[in-house]
Amino acid sequence: MTATEILFWFLSALALFSALMVVISKNPVHSVLWLIVVFFSISGHYILLNAQFIAIVNLIVYAGAIMVLFLFVIMLMNLNANTEPQRNSLVRLAGVVAGGLLLTVMISALRSANEITNSKATMSEGDIGLIQNLGKILFTQYVVPFELSSVLFLSAMVGAVVIGKKE
Amino acid sequence: MIYLLTIDWLLLLEKLILIAVVVMASLVIAMYETYAERKIAAFMQDRIGPNRAGIFGILQPLADGMKLFFKEEIIPNSSNKILFVLGPSLAMLTAMMTCAVVPWSGDVNLFGRTISLQIADVNIGILYVFAVVSLGIYGVMIGGWASNNKYSLLAALRGASQVISYELAMGISLIALLMMTGSLSLKTIVEQQMQSHWNILYQPLGFLIFFVCALAECNRTPFDLSEAENELNMGYHQEYSSMKLGFYLFAEYVNMFVSSAIMATLFFGGYDIPFFNESAHADLGNWLALFGIICFMLKIGIFIFLFMWIRWTVPRFRYDQLMNLGWKKLIPLALANMLVTGAVILWLHK
Repeated sequence: MTATEILFWFLSALALFSALMVVISKNPVHSVLWLIVVFFSISGHYILLNAQFIAIVNLIVYAGAIMVLFLFVIMLMNLNANTEPQRNSLVRLAGVVAGGLLLTVMISALRSANEITNSKATMSEGDIGLIQNLGKILFTQYVVPFELSSVLFLSAMVGAVVIGKKE
Repeated sequence: MIYLLTIDWLLLLEKLILIAVVVMASLVIAMYETYAERKIAAFMQDRIGPNRAGIFGILQPLADGMKLFFKEEIIPNSSNKILFVLGPSLAMLTAMMTCAVVPWSGDVNLFGRTISLQIADVNIGILYVFAVVSLGIYGVMIGGWASNNKYSLLAALRGASQVISYELAMGISLIALLMMTGSLSLKTIVEQQMQSHWNILYQPLGFLIFFVCALAECNRTPFDLSEAENELNMGYHQEYSSMKLGFYLFAEYVNMFVSSAIMATLFFGGYDIPFFNESAHADLGNWLALFGIICFMLKIGIFIFLFMWIRWTVPRFRYDQLMNLGWKKLIPLALANMLVTGAVILWLHK
């Protein structure tokens, strides 16, 4: 086993374990903290793939900003077992169906991924994840989807302000 | 196992020693920052300040640390015990992690090896700093929530919203700088400044915005809303005692040291010796690196003094004033700075 392989298995195990803990934890604050661990291990995978920029942006955006807001809301709501409303069986059934559908989609996606069987992952090589190459590609080849998604973000921001202003 | 032998063990050893030295140095500097803070405060308030432990009270930080270690350690019954301990540990960890990408000086030649005085020269250095800074708030938030105290929770939420708000302006003011340097590696940024002028000449407004945001990110007065003792009893660390409290207070001083180092690196030439052409005196060898460190530490010292000077002269903002300043003044200013910088760069490269 090379150092990279050891790291890969460690990070994968960590990601899966903490992802499970997100679901299993009784306390929502613990779930959020485990989710942050998931983001960290995924960022570790990005670094193994030599995509340092994506790794660090993943941390800044998800672990640094979005999860802080999650934590914010959950801390203010003060959730605990007593106050959690008991949902009726219809809602539970709907939850099971929705989750099952997602599972089938993911399984079919896994099954159709035939082209990646027997091929090795390129570890610590390739330079598409480095900031210079990524920037060049984003602003040349993918400039239209890139700009469109920024317009989407802007509209979401304006929407949030409008909803916040409504008294 | 055979692959493990192919690792460059000397490089590993070198890096481990460097990490140990940098961590120890930032802890010692943070220790003496507390002493400096008390002395400067005393000077500004026409007092003498600590003068009992050692000559001029020079052993005061040691006495303070010892006192904190021997205090009774209280974990409140109603608190979340694991998170209660995790909070201060995270605050300390994130404070120390930032040092990893700061270039402390040029290369040193020891025993025939060229040693870079930087733990990791990653090509996204400044983004790494940014990521660690944005993670730093978890220590405060987790600690404040786990204490199970309303004042602590309120202070933690204040701290978090303050850091998130000021991060934006900080990031935008950095974009203007990065458009000029064209690199995110701190080492490259310093080397560029060594060849031409310091970035402060090109980005005075950007530096001003960055400095104000750094004050806010370090939770220093006038932005220490999460420790406003006259509104919140004591702030997010109200339930903490002993060295866990010490960790929170200490993390603030480590943060101050590291953010001073980052500001000196980005805007004031890092380890560049002022009015001295390093490339013409390459024969000085290791002395050059030593002078570099001394200059860098002097610049950091000036910034730390500035932080303290502001703390003991400017009163604390009200919370709405803080948010107004962040969102309605600093962010538009930083955006304007970015647009003007972009336009000038475009015009010069026409």
